Amino acid sequence: MAEIEALIKAFSGHGVDEKTVISILGNSQPEHRQAFRKEGGFFAEDERRFERWNDHHVKLLKHEFMRFKNAVVLWAMHPWERDARLIKEALKKGPNSNSVIVEIASTRSSDELLGARKAYHSLFEHSIEEDVASHIHGKEKKLLVALVSAYRYEGPKVKEDVAKSEAKALISAVKNAEKQNPIENDEVVRILSTRSKPHLKSVFKHYKEIAGQHFEDELDVHLILQAAVQCLITPQSYFSRVLDEAMRDGADKNTKKGLTRVLVTRADVDIRAISDDYRNHYAIPLADKIEAKAKGSYKEFLLTLMARGN
Amino acid sequence: MSTLTVPAQVPSVTEDCEQLRKAFEGWGTNEQLIISILAHRNAAQRKLIRQTYADTYGEDLLKSLDKELTNDFERVVMLWTLDPAERDAFLANEATKRWTSSNQVLMEIACTRSSKQLLEARQAYHARFKKSLEEDVGYHTNGDFRKLLLPLVTAYRYEGDEVNITLAKSEAKILHEKISNKAYNDEDLIRILATRSKAQINATLNQYKNVYGNDIDQDLEADPKDEYLDLLRATVQCLGTDEGALTRVVTTRAEVDLKVIKDEYQRRNSVPLDRAVVKDTSGDYEKMLLALLGHGDA
Repeated sequence: MAEIEALIKAFSGHGVDEKTVISILGNSQPEHRQAFRKEGGFFAEDERRFERWNDHHVKLLKHEFMRFKNAVVLWAMHPWERDARLIKEALKKGPNSNSVIVEIASTRSSDELLGARKAYHSLFEHSIEEDVASHIHGKEKKLLVALVSAYRYEGPKVKEDVAKSEAKALISAVKNAEKQNPIENDEVVRILSTRSKPHLKSVFKHYKEIAGQHFEDELDVHLILQAAVQCLITPQSYFSRVLDEAMRDGADKNTKKGLTRVLVTRADVDIRAISDDYRNHYAIPLADKIEAKAKGSYKEFLLTLMARGN
Repeated sequence: MSTLTVPAQVPSVTEDCEQLRKAFEGWGTNEQLIISILAHRNAAQRKLIRQTYADTYGEDLLKSLDKELTNDFERVVMLWTLDPAERDAFLANEATKRWTSSNQVLMEIACTRSSKQLLEARQAYHARFKKSLEEDVGYHTNGDFRKLLLPLVTAYRYEGDEVNITLAKSEAKILHEKISNKAYNDEDLIRILATRSKAQINATLNQYKNVYGNDIDQDLEADPKDEYLDLLRATVQCLGTDEGALTRVVTTRAEVDLKVIKDEYQRRNSVPLDRAVVKDTSGDYEKMLLALLGHGDA
């Protein structure tokens, strides 16, 4: 029935379409609700002859209702506390969330990252680097610890000859990928975690000139390493990719969180540039995509963040 | 404890600046005059002198010093006149350009400064050298030295007193295992020394001694010619000095079990704790500690 379909739709996607839920479910009689339980797919027939909520669905619903609250809380937070908590959460979630740590460490300014480190002391009584070093075990550990410890110089000055020789070091690391994964290569880690961003832009420009292709297109490059490079030199396209993945159908719980995280953390920084990049890459304006995929108060909140000042 | 002496009646800043200016005038330089002023002013006074000198004569005092003084003397005066963060940045930069013995300087700055001071040094480094400290350290060191020094200079250690004994025990075990296998450049070993808070490291080093019998420095003495091992041992020594420990232990245990601690201290070090306190502290701080240790009458 049309109403059940509309209800199901109100619960799917990012957030909950509260108005639809109120108007349909709120106005429903017992027999409507029974029909919903029988047809909705959120319930299962219990052995004792009643339609029982599927526990898994209740959990999913909980997350969808919480999306708005999480976005609001994250938005009101001081950026330092926000980044510290995001890193802590990523550490708890495990290796699949390592990219969040890379994202925060690499896209913030030196002082913003420093602020996150200070807030982390207050919130968790440990330093970020000690927690990252003790909780991460794979090949990416060295790079991650180094990235969160950086306090990069932020001036524009670049030494082209140094950039060129560092590009060559990267090329050599990639050539040697069979013997050692480039993400564990000391020179790769040193260059990516200590050099300034303008310097790195130059390094990767030389890389392309000498090797003939972009570093990110090299086959044997660890995903985390690719993410780090993108975050450091082309953050807007990195963010628009995260957004797109978050809004894809069938995205998992953690990937979906990218929508809130990127909007909230970049709304004051470069959301317009990210938006432009998104439209160039995915042929649809970011706001339109959010309009289509998100629901209710959550959707309104995100769109409002984006439209501020227009 | 500080050794600086400042005159009871300090001349005005303007007077100091005039005198310094006079010291540079003419053919030679009046080094004695420079010493008599700068060596007897504290950091705040020196900072004010430097500012006023610049305002009055349009030139950084350090530039005048650079022009007029030579070698060791100049170096001492110059370093003394810089503020602590600039000083650390200058020393660190110098260390990255020289050869092996300067790794010690980098380690010392990284390990003996507070988190805030190390950070300020990194900021001063940006301002003065238009680069980050870590990129220079990374570029100018290699191998095991880089593995140890980079994490040390980029650390922003938690500074609280909280200590997790279970963690201290397990990390002491890791350290012992790696050292026994002569894996002195092991990732975990370096991770522990470079990221844990100083309080936590001290707890770990204490556990090390309790469980394995030796002080960790003794176990790091294997090869006198190994410069990396040397540096590692010095790192542990620098990190293991916990100045706040005395205050912390005495004040938190005086009403609990300080007597037991005193006895244990005497047993381990063959010297009463009271005597060690008298030797190492002074003034009202010493009096307070001794009182809490049960010395003298109520």
